[in-house]
Amino acid sequence: MSTLTLHRVDGIVTVQDMGRPGHLAQGLSRGGAADRLALIEAAALLGARAPLAALEMAGAGGVFSVDAPMRVALTGAPMAATLDGVPLRWNATHRIEPGARLRIAGAEAGVYGYLVPAGGLVTPDWLGSRAAHLAIGIGAPLTAGAVLAVTPDPAPETEARVIAVANRFQGGTARLMDGPQTGLFDAGTLDAFCATAFRRGARGNRQGVQLSAEARFVAAEAAGLASDLIGPGDVQSTGDGVPYVLLAECQTVGGYPRLGTVVAEDLPLIAQAAPGTVLRFRRVGAEDAARACRDETVLLREAAARCSSLIRDPATIPDLLSYQLIGGVTRGDDLEQDDAR
Amino acid sequence: MTEDAPLSPELLPAGPDGIELRFARRPEPAAMAAVQVLAAEIAAAPPEGLRELVPGLVSVLLRLDPGTVAAVGPGLLARARAIAATRPALPAPTRRWTIPAAFGGAEGPDLAAVAARLGQSEAAAAAEICAAELRVLTIGFAPGQPYIGLLPEAWNLPRLPELTPSVPAGALVVAVRQLVLFGAASATGWRQVAQVAFRPFRPDRAEPMPLRAGDAIRFAAAPADQIATLAGDPQGLGGARLEVLA
Repeated sequence: MSTLTLHRVDGIVTVQDMGRPGHLAQGLSRGGAADRLALIEAAALLGARAPLAALEMAGAGGVFSVDAPMRVALTGAPMAATLDGVPLRWNATHRIEPGARLRIAGAEAGVYGYLVPAGGLVTPDWLGSRAAHLAIGIGAPLTAGAVLAVTPDPAPETEARVIAVANRFQGGTARLMDGPQTGLFDAGTLDAFCATAFRRGARGNRQGVQLSAEARFVAAEAAGLASDLIGPGDVQSTGDGVPYVLLAECQTVGGYPRLGTVVAEDLPLIAQAAPGTVLRFRRVGAEDAARACRDETVLLREAAARCSSLIRDPATIPDLLSYQLIGGVTRGDDLEQDDAR
Repeated sequence: MTEDAPLSPELLPAGPDGIELRFARRPEPAAMAAVQVLAAEIAAAPPEGLRELVPGLVSVLLRLDPGTVAAVGPGLLARARAIAATRPALPAPTRRWTIPAAFGGAEGPDLAAVAARLGQSEAAAAAEICAAELRVLTIGFAPGQPYIGLLPEAWNLPRLPELTPSVPAGALVVAVRQLVLFGAASATGWRQVAQVAFRPFRPDRAEPMPLRAGDAIRFAAAPADQIATLAGDPQGLGGARLEVLA
C-alpha cells in the first residue's frame, strides 16, 4: 500500500467518492462529491473504470507528498498548483515522485477542487463508501499530518493527460424541472424565479447553497404542509422566501416547499458557484430533464473522449498571483431545519 | 386533521429518475395510513426498474431506472386511487419493536404539562402512549430517526411556540399525534415526555439504522435508573427488543 501525506491543509479537505446510495428510506442521503463530474473526469484522465475515492478540497488545498511514484489527477475548481515550485496544469494528470512537494493553493474560480491519486484512496469505508458525511459525523475534515492509504498506481509510467472541461466554475444557467411541490407556487412566482439573476449567497456548504436576490419566492399554499421527501437538486423556499439549492449532504425529509429540481447534470454548476457568482434557472420539461439524466458510465465514456496527451504550453499555465481564496464555505450545519423544532 | 378528510392521490415528478405518489398535502391521518398500505404493496410486488422505495409521511417516493419512469407511473396512480377509495386498514406489521422508556420527571420534563392538557394524570398519559398501536411512519431529518404515530386524537397537540434549545439523545418528544425519537441532542418545538436508551442511529453498529417505516412500536415504561443503565449498552440498543411477526 502507498500513502499520501497531508503536510498542510488550507481549505476544508475531506475524502469523497460517489457516496452511498440506497439508504433514503433510512434517512441517509447519498452524500459523496459535491461535484460528481470532477471525479468522473479524474477517472477518465487516469484510465480508471469507475470514479475513485479522492480528496475534495473546498476553497483551497494544502501541501501534499507521496511515498511511491504515482500519477494524480487534478480536477474540479481550478486551483494554482505547483510541484516543487514548478506550475502544474489543472484538469490534467501529473506524476509525483516520493519526496516531491505538491502545493495546491486557493481556487481561482469555483469552490471544490479534487486531488485524485491514480489508485484511489483506501481510507476506512462505511456502508460501502469512504466519503465523509460531515452533517452526520461520518468522517471529518482532514488536518495536517494525516497519512492516507492509497492503492499503488497500476500504471505510473502512463504519459500525462489533459481533459477539456466546460466552464462550470463561474455560474451560469441551470435547468430546473418541476418537482412534487412546484404546483404550490403560482405561475407568476415561478416566472419571476426564472427571470431572476441570483447571486450565490453567503450561506452554503455540502448540504446546500443559498440563492441571494431582492425578490422573495413564497408558496401560495404552504400553510400546514406535511413534510416531504427531499433530495439533491431540490430548490427549497425557506420560511422567508429565500431559496436554497440542496446538495449532496442534504437531509432526506424537509418541511419547506420546493420550487423544482435542478437536473443532476447541472448540479456541479450550482455546487461550484462561489459566493457572489451569478446563477439563473430555466424550466425544462420532463423529456428534456430525462435527456439530461445520463448514466455515469455514459458520462465517463464522454469524459474519456475529451482527454488527450498533455502538451506543456507556458501560455496555459495559470498566473500564480491571480488566485484568490474563496470564502463563504462553512462546515457548519446552518442549513439544517427540522420540522421537529 | 380528521380521519375522514377526502384523499386525492397525485402522481408527481421527482427528478428524471423518480416519481412521487402523494395522498394529501397536509398531514392527514388517512394519508399516512394509505402511504403504509401502498408502500407495503409496492414492496411485495416491485415494478420493473425500482431502485429505491421510500415511504414518507403523506407520500411514497420511488427511485427508478430512468427509462422506466413513464411506464410505471400510471399503474401506481391507479393503485393509489384504489387505496384512497377503499380506506383499507393498516397492513399487519411484519416486525415489532418494544422500547423501554422512562416517562416524566427529569426524563420527561413536559409530561406534566401534556397530561394537564389531556385532563389526565401523568401516569395515565404515559400509559396511553404505551398502549397505543404505533408504527414508524417515516424516517428522516437525521439517519434512522423515526416519526412514530399516530396517538389518539386528543394528542393533536400544537408545537410549542418557542424552541426548547436542547433535548438529549434518546429524548421522546410529542406533537400533532406523533412521536419523534431523537438520535442526537437537538433543539425542538415538540414536548419531551420520556427518555429512552435506544439510539436510532449508531454508525458503528452492525445495523446503523435499524428501524424501518412500517415497523410496529411499543413503548414499555421503565424506571429512570434502568434507562440510565441501559444507556451504557455499547450497541446503543438500550434494551429494545425486536420481534419478527410475519
